[in-house]
Amino acid sequence: MVQYLLRRVIASIPVLFGILIVTFIIARVIPGDPCRAILGEKATAEICERFIELHGLDRPIHEQLFIYMGEVLRGDFGESIRFSMPVTRLLIERLPTTVELSISALLVSLVIGIPLGIISAVKHNSYIDVITMVWANIGVSVPVFLLGLMLAYVFSLLLKDTPFWLPPSGRVSPGVPDDPFYEVWKLTVPESGFLPAFYQFISRLNILNALLTSNWELLKDSIKHLILPSLALGTIPMALIARMARSAMLDVLGQDYIRTARAKGLRQRVVVMKHAFRNALLPLVTIIGLSLGSLLGGAVLTETIFGLSGVGRTLFEAITARDYGIVQAFTVVIAVFFVIINLLVDLSYSYLDPRIRLE
Amino acid sequence: MTNAENKIATLDAEGISLKSVSLWQITWRRLFRRLSAVVGMIVLGVLIVIALTAQWLAPYDPIVPMMDLTPPEPVKARQDPCIHLFGCPRDQPQHIAGIDGNVRDQFSRLLYGARLSLMIGFSTVGFAIIIGTILGAVAGYLGGWADNVIMRFMDVLLAFPSLLLAIAIVTVLGPGLINALLAIGIVSIPAYARVVRASVLSVREMEYVSATRALGGSNIQILFRRILPNALTPLIVQGTLGIATAILDSAALSFLGLGAQPPTPEWGAMLGAERNQVFTAPHLVFLPGIAIALTVLSFNLLGDGLRDALDPRLAHVS
Repeated sequence: MVQYLLRRVIASIPVLFGILIVTFIIARVIPGDPCRAILGEKATAEICERFIELHGLDRPIHEQLFIYMGEVLRGDFGESIRFSMPVTRLLIERLPTTVELSISALLVSLVIGIPLGIISAVKHNSYIDVITMVWANIGVSVPVFLLGLMLAYVFSLLLKDTPFWLPPSGRVSPGVPDDPFYEVWKLTVPESGFLPAFYQFISRLNILNALLTSNWELLKDSIKHLILPSLALGTIPMALIARMARSAMLDVLGQDYIRTARAKGLRQRVVVMKHAFRNALLPLVTIIGLSLGSLLGGAVLTETIFGLSGVGRTLFEAITARDYGIVQAFTVVIAVFFVIINLLVDLSYSYLDPRIRLE
Repeated sequence: MTNAENKIATLDAEGISLKSVSLWQITWRRLFRRLSAVVGMIVLGVLIVIALTAQWLAPYDPIVPMMDLTPPEPVKARQDPCIHLFGCPRDQPQHIAGIDGNVRDQFSRLLYGARLSLMIGFSTVGFAIIIGTILGAVAGYLGGWADNVIMRFMDVLLAFPSLLLAIAIVTVLGPGLINALLAIGIVSIPAYARVVRASVLSVREMEYVSATRALGGSNIQILFRRILPNALTPLIVQGTLGIATAILDSAALSFLGLGAQPPTPEWGAMLGAERNQVFTAPHLVFLPGIAIALTVLSFNLLGDGLRDALDPRLAHVS
């Protein structure tokens, strides 16, 4: 097990290196002068020269690559040229928004998608099955941005002045107290190092922070703000998961041991949940891993529509503004996240099906 | 009549034919038995007709604003739809999908959008299939270091969320429809390379391949005549579903302002341009969006149908 883990981590190093190099190259070949893109069209030649020297953009390209690799290995992602602050700090500020959004979108897709898929399989060819599959087909076909705007239209405009009204943008309403947990708990925060960054990261996960500080107003407000974006982002994975759950369950339910279980007189619930579902989990886990990856692409659109400044939105803006530091750092974070997800998916295979050995 | 001919005649009379049927006939027949696939084909057919005849169907020019017409039409920007059948006064000009922010007939623009959307879908996937097939075939057939280099590079491409990678590529190439198509094409290559490589690997060591080699067939001949036809069915399925994804992604790029540029009547760009008017002129936002969803849905339904129809494990169902 440990040996397998080690081997997998080592095997993913070349891919990570490839990702580092590709992002570095992409960031450098983006046409246009980074100086004028950031300081504005009117920047004089002198100012630009100083700017380029300051950020090391005048060195040969391979030298820049080596410097960059060394910095990444030390956990230092450099400065964002546009925001003139360390990229790590920006990451701590923006990542929680996306983490919260992706987790809740994934929850939406699992909590709705899996039961729908199971019910459709058990009631195969019934009208519930047909309706679910029609919806699932529509669900995979609707663009994220259309769904987001439609949800905003219905819940923020049509349902205005009803209890079902939901806010169309932002993470919290102005005026809602969101004191970080370390202040409420009166923790002493060291000046520098890993701990303050970690505290800040946690405190910016609004829901977690609200729970830690028993701040029910913040909890309610954050959840209200999160519902529409996570529905918009979660619908495509939800539809994919429902379809996969259905076909996997249909495969399993047709097998002999299910008939045996029924013949033994087991109740339907036990047969479906204990005997069938567990064996249908394997293909489901694969598709869940895959959809987690696509969530990040959708996050760019969702964050744009709902006015959230998360990783997706920031990365998009950084690419168009040629802010190398952000592009490189955020891509590395996303890539590492991908590698971890793949690893978790592979590990779960052997847990779900002991016949699969990790070798 | 001989005995055998008699038997055939009775079988024919019972409706059981002994005529040989090709794979494509079986597929076609099975496809028509699935309601969802038929719906997909009908929607797609309608879209293709609209795309081909947009210049005759569209009542107005999709690009020239109404006030530049002679005489100028008495309409305002973002006017609500006016449909005579549903009680819009006869003396007002009919605009069944309303007027957009630049005083153009939204319905005409929607019709022209079908043309672009289908073109985007077919051209990106065509590009990705050609490059992906070459890369996958080379990787699978040669094996060794070529396989390693190509497939590791594909892994790197797959490690990025496809939309983000497409955004990055478009930024490098510069915004615009053609560059967006190229970006989406590049991003979709790995899927096809993998499919082709898998089929090549599965038949590379088969005896009929060795037989061709023993007969003096060249590598190119073996690859194209003996091995690649095996990859055709998975490629068709992957390609049909891939068109759906390509249309979604390119609409997303246009929505973000990186794809088709105004005044091109592209659905994603039309939606993106009016996105802030969603509360005041929802028809300008929702209609192009629904058009995208319908197109994507038709390809998804057809792709699912094709996958089932081409699946040899379901042969007994026919």
